[in-house]
Amino acid sequence: MARGTTVVHQYLRHDAIFPHVWCPGCGNGIVLGALIRAVHHLGYPKDEIVLVSGIGCSSRMPLYVDFNTLHTVHGRALTFATGIKLANSRLRVIVVMGDGDAVAIGGNHFIHAARRNMDLTAIILNNRIYGMTGGQSSPTTPYGMYSTTDPYSHIEPAFDISEMAACAGATFVARSTVYHAQLLQSLMEKAIPKKGFSVVEVITHCHVQFGRANKLGTHIDMMKRQRDQAVPVEKAQTMSPEELKDKIPIGILTDMVRPVYNEEYENLKKRAGLTN
Amino acid sequence: MTEKEKVIPIKTNAAKEVLIHGNEAVVEGAIAAGCRFFAGYPITPATEIAEGMSIRLPKIGGTFIQMEDEMASLGSVVGASLAGVKAMTATSGPGFSLMQEILGYACMIEVPCVVVDVMRGGPSTGLPTSPSQGDVMLARWGSHGTHPIIVLAVSTVKDCFDVTVTAFNFSEKFRTPVIVLSDEIVAHTREKVALPSADGVTIVNRIRPTVPAEWFQPYENTPGGVPPMAIYGDGYRYHTTGLIHDSRGFPTDKKEEIKTFYERIHKKISQRFHEIQIVKNFFTEDADIIIIAYGSVARSSLLAAKTARQNGLKVGLLQLVTLFPFPRKAVETVLRQSRAVIVPEMNLGQISREVKRVNAKHSAVITLNRVDSDLITPKEILAKIQEVV
Repeated sequence: MARGTTVVHQYLRHDAIFPHVWCPGCGNGIVLGALIRAVHHLGYPKDEIVLVSGIGCSSRMPLYVDFNTLHTVHGRALTFATGIKLANSRLRVIVVMGDGDAVAIGGNHFIHAARRNMDLTAIILNNRIYGMTGGQSSPTTPYGMYSTTDPYSHIEPAFDISEMAACAGATFVARSTVYHAQLLQSLMEKAIPKKGFSVVEVITHCHVQFGRANKLGTHIDMMKRQRDQAVPVEKAQTMSPEELKDKIPIGILTDMVRPVYNEEYENLKKRAGLTN
Repeated sequence: MTEKEKVIPIKTNAAKEVLIHGNEAVVEGAIAAGCRFFAGYPITPATEIAEGMSIRLPKIGGTFIQMEDEMASLGSVVGASLAGVKAMTATSGPGFSLMQEILGYACMIEVPCVVVDVMRGGPSTGLPTSPSQGDVMLARWGSHGTHPIIVLAVSTVKDCFDVTVTAFNFSEKFRTPVIVLSDEIVAHTREKVALPSADGVTIVNRIRPTVPAEWFQPYENTPGGVPPMAIYGDGYRYHTTGLIHDSRGFPTDKKEEIKTFYERIHKKISQRFHEIQIVKNFFTEDADIIIIAYGSVARSSLLAAKTARQNGLKVGLLQLVTLFPFPRKAVETVLRQSRAVIVPEMNLGQISREVKRVNAKHSAVITLNRVDSDLITPKEILAKIQEVV
């Protein structure tokens, strides 16, 4: 067994219900592997990690891993995470969401968690489709693509999740694809310890739904496309909007310091007269 | 840190008399019960609860947060409770409607929390500053799927304190959300109440596991039906999901496990029904006409009953504090002994349906309903009594 895999197995719930629900070739496992390796590398005890998710394919992730795990309702994982972090600041709260979960039904919670700069890490798996329900369009489905609810092609522009996170106030925003698994792990290693609201957007593929509807080939074809579309953020900054069309800037997009809600509230308690 | 150490006692330890309104009494009751987390969203006529919490909680080491909507409010309340802090939210009809999905989730994952609904006229925006009792069945059945729930109703400012404490205690004892139904009249009535000292309040805390982590089953089918609840960070790493789950918390589609799950979450409440059923009897012993009322209407009813007694009529009042599980035994008792029961409500008949359901032809069930934004006066109830006589 490769060393990386050995590490992953130390964190999996082998007594849980395996096999997992993900389709063969799905990118979700790559994200879970990167997350486990990142936590392992950071040296955080399992007891300190709370992995929270919403509803969807990627939100099944917490079930398989031996942390404190919470599989919540659709779109509102960040609100549960907010309560957990405010109740016990020692816990490291990581939230896994899909694109529909995070920015359609959960869009309001997403921008407000960012605005508050709540000390949470959001990992958003963006496959541009609702996979679990059978391939309907999401807010990140690109214009002109097909889905089971877009038989005549999608007429809405797509959200850029990372840009939205940065605009709303997230203090760390990074993007990777599942093809760039090592980059993904290193971005998570920066995002998780970061004080404040940190976001890692992961471009992944749903070859079963999105790929089939748009004739994009197998999961391997789609990962090759990720490789070809990705440009490092540094390079992207030198490119024109035309050149950037259909490209995916990867790397750290935002890394800044701003007052964190949790620390602000500790100060507020003192102002309110808390003595001990 | 244990639960006990986390709770910082209220500074004013002595019993005291204060002039406060119902919403303020809810704040006092919650804090006395050990609530240290509140998340809410502004809505009339419940907002004073959030405002009160925003002042009080940071002083005693708790947390208040104004969330972006009511769904977020209840979501963060459930999260805080999972992390070991007693938590509450308060809202009114429109917000309570929005909370229903997460209320069902809290029932499903068995997380103690308290939701106060200060009822106003509805549906929709309705009558924001007028009283109503239109949310009774919403409180019982609002969330989808088969689920148990405890619903309590407050009638006076003192009740707002006492019942809020009871709500927290029930939620901790039975690992369930508890709904407190208030209404605009109770919420904004200001009266003198005697608040007990911190020692004078009985507080129940959830049972925490003591077994080694590898033996721990977060949703174990215990005889009482309420499994011990581990707190994040305790070392019991477990899975929680809104999917039907087995005793380890993992999703299941096995028929036997599904059945066990439903049976347990219902039996944990139904088999201890006698502990949950709270009613107050006023002059019911020899009464042949009995009013069954709850909320602010119980107060009008009490005056009506007293006045009727002065007029030589044998009238009593059964005040329901527990609305659900429906206090069937107490209601059946008054149905058996009376020739008529009057059920006054600020809706078009919600609890009266429950009364009719358990009636079995013992007594005549007479409704008295009002939905024109005004309260039901003692005079109206008295008139109904005269009609029955």
